[in-house]
Amino acid sequence: MISPFIQALYYSMTNWTGFSPNMQFIGLDNFVRLFNDSTFMQAMGNNILLAIVVPLITIVIALVFASMITVGGASHGQVRGLRGSSFYRVVSFFPYVIPAIVIAILWSMIYTPSGLLNGVLGVFGIDTNQFAWLGEQSTAMGATIFVIVWSMVGFYMILFVAAIKGIPAETLEAARIDGAGRFRTVTSILLPQIRDNVQTAYIYLGIMALDAFVYMAGLNSTGGPSNSTLVMSQYLFRTAFEKGQFGLATAMGVVLAVITLLFAALVIGVFRLIGGKDEGGRA
Amino acid sequence: MSTETRAAVTIDPKAERRRGSRPDPVTRTTKATTGDKVVGGISHGVLAIWSLIVILPMVWTLIGSFKTTTEIFKSPFGLPAQWNFDNYISAWVGNSFGRMFLNTVIVVGVALVLVMVLGAMCAYVLARFSVPGSRVIYYLMLAGLTFPVFLAIVPLFFILQGMGLLNTLPGLILTYVAFALPFTVFFLFSFFKSLPYEIQEAAYVDGASEWRTFFQVMLPMAKPGMAAVAIMNFLGLWNQFLLPISLNTSQENYVLSQGMASYASSAGYALDFGEMFAAVMITIIPVLIVYILFQRQLQGSVSQGTSK
Repeated sequence: MISPFIQALYYSMTNWTGFSPNMQFIGLDNFVRLFNDSTFMQAMGNNILLAIVVPLITIVIALVFASMITVGGASHGQVRGLRGSSFYRVVSFFPYVIPAIVIAILWSMIYTPSGLLNGVLGVFGIDTNQFAWLGEQSTAMGATIFVIVWSMVGFYMILFVAAIKGIPAETLEAARIDGAGRFRTVTSILLPQIRDNVQTAYIYLGIMALDAFVYMAGLNSTGGPSNSTLVMSQYLFRTAFEKGQFGLATAMGVVLAVITLLFAALVIGVFRLIGGKDEGGRA
Repeated sequence: MSTETRAAVTIDPKAERRRGSRPDPVTRTTKATTGDKVVGGISHGVLAIWSLIVILPMVWTLIGSFKTTTEIFKSPFGLPAQWNFDNYISAWVGNSFGRMFLNTVIVVGVALVLVMVLGAMCAYVLARFSVPGSRVIYYLMLAGLTFPVFLAIVPLFFILQGMGLLNTLPGLILTYVAFALPFTVFFLFSFFKSLPYEIQEAAYVDGASEWRTFFQVMLPMAKPGMAAVAIMNFLGLWNQFLLPISLNTSQENYVLSQGMASYASSAGYALDFGEMFAAVMITIIPVLIVYILFQRQLQGSVSQGTSK
């Protein structure tokens, strides 16, 4: 299980092309080459943008929905959820079970000039003039981010609903008796209590966004207009299996792994920083 | 916690008095419900809009899969002139989505059975017995769960090539098992750990061997956990994309997800959209059926994951 990873580390320091028997050890040259490669740096920038924006939007939407479902009900008596919320739960979980590549292909069709999006906007009287959402540099990234958020919100909503349900009912009741409204209940009771879940969700989503290969492959397999949606994993794949520069490609893999680890560490650090004061209040 | 309760007790009568100053209890309830109605209304509205955003693309695809390409380009909302399965037939037969479907079923089915059996045994031993090095194995599994697949993809390619399994279904099955195993073990580990020890001991006292204890006593008790993991694994493997496109590149061994991608990119703008939609439906329908059937277990497994 672990051996491919160790092998990867070794390959990353060679100039191996995969099929030639001679493999030279060239130390860190591959990494130097990568950091001088403007395309790779752009891909890395895109990845970092994704890793910051995607989790943020997804988690905010998922949290809002989850709190609506759990505390949106009647404000008297017990704290109750919204009526008929199971319907929303089932529906919004849908995208999670669809293959990511199919989601990407589906949305690439929705975004085409004569696709669903322009059609819907046309109904509301907005003439988009056959706008190609993925073909313009200004909208390609935004459109891509929306697709990823669309596919992820449901899962994290369910996750947060489950976490909120795990809060003891007495705590919520006590807050209600103390006169806390819904908004106050959410901000001062729910959020601190499910902080750990939010942190985990942030890390998972970030890792997913640092990869993002599947979505990109389906939406814009060539990297988008002037590489505006190119991500590292795509570049890695191209370098390895199209150009055959396996040494260089594994070096990219190592960079990607290091960034992933740094990201996870950063998120944990930030959460500890902002959550440190109510450490004792957790159930 | 105790301070909160005390505060609640002192505040409660005050709040009661404040409410008591209102003329009658009936207005109190109606006032509460207007607030509720606003919040409930907004919540319902927002959630309904989101549901629409989720459902609309699916309905569009479903209808599109019955239309011809010209009909699709004419209007995104129009209904097909005649409802027939032409697109499905040409996708299934002409573009060999049928074969891909079969490949996917074979690969996912075999890998799923293997990973569940191996994973359950592995997790059981790790959770229940103190084998030397079990902690090391556990942490290696955990590491396998956290490392990005991308780091392993190139070495994996050459490992499979060395074993002569590159571009074959058994090779793909093997990789699938290896990649699903850490998650399976990790999840079942905590599940087996929570099962009562007394029952295991009772089985021993009754003279059951280790194997018998595992298969006839412990495994049936772990059924809910097994079901949840199996569903998660099924979805994960069915939707797997990166592994097949890099390790399984010969046309006749294609699985559905990579077949979709290659079809979409190769046809470019000359794409037969109706057929494309039909192919999308062929890929989605099995997972949707599994999802609808096991919706409760799946959501339950998500909540179980959080409490661990």
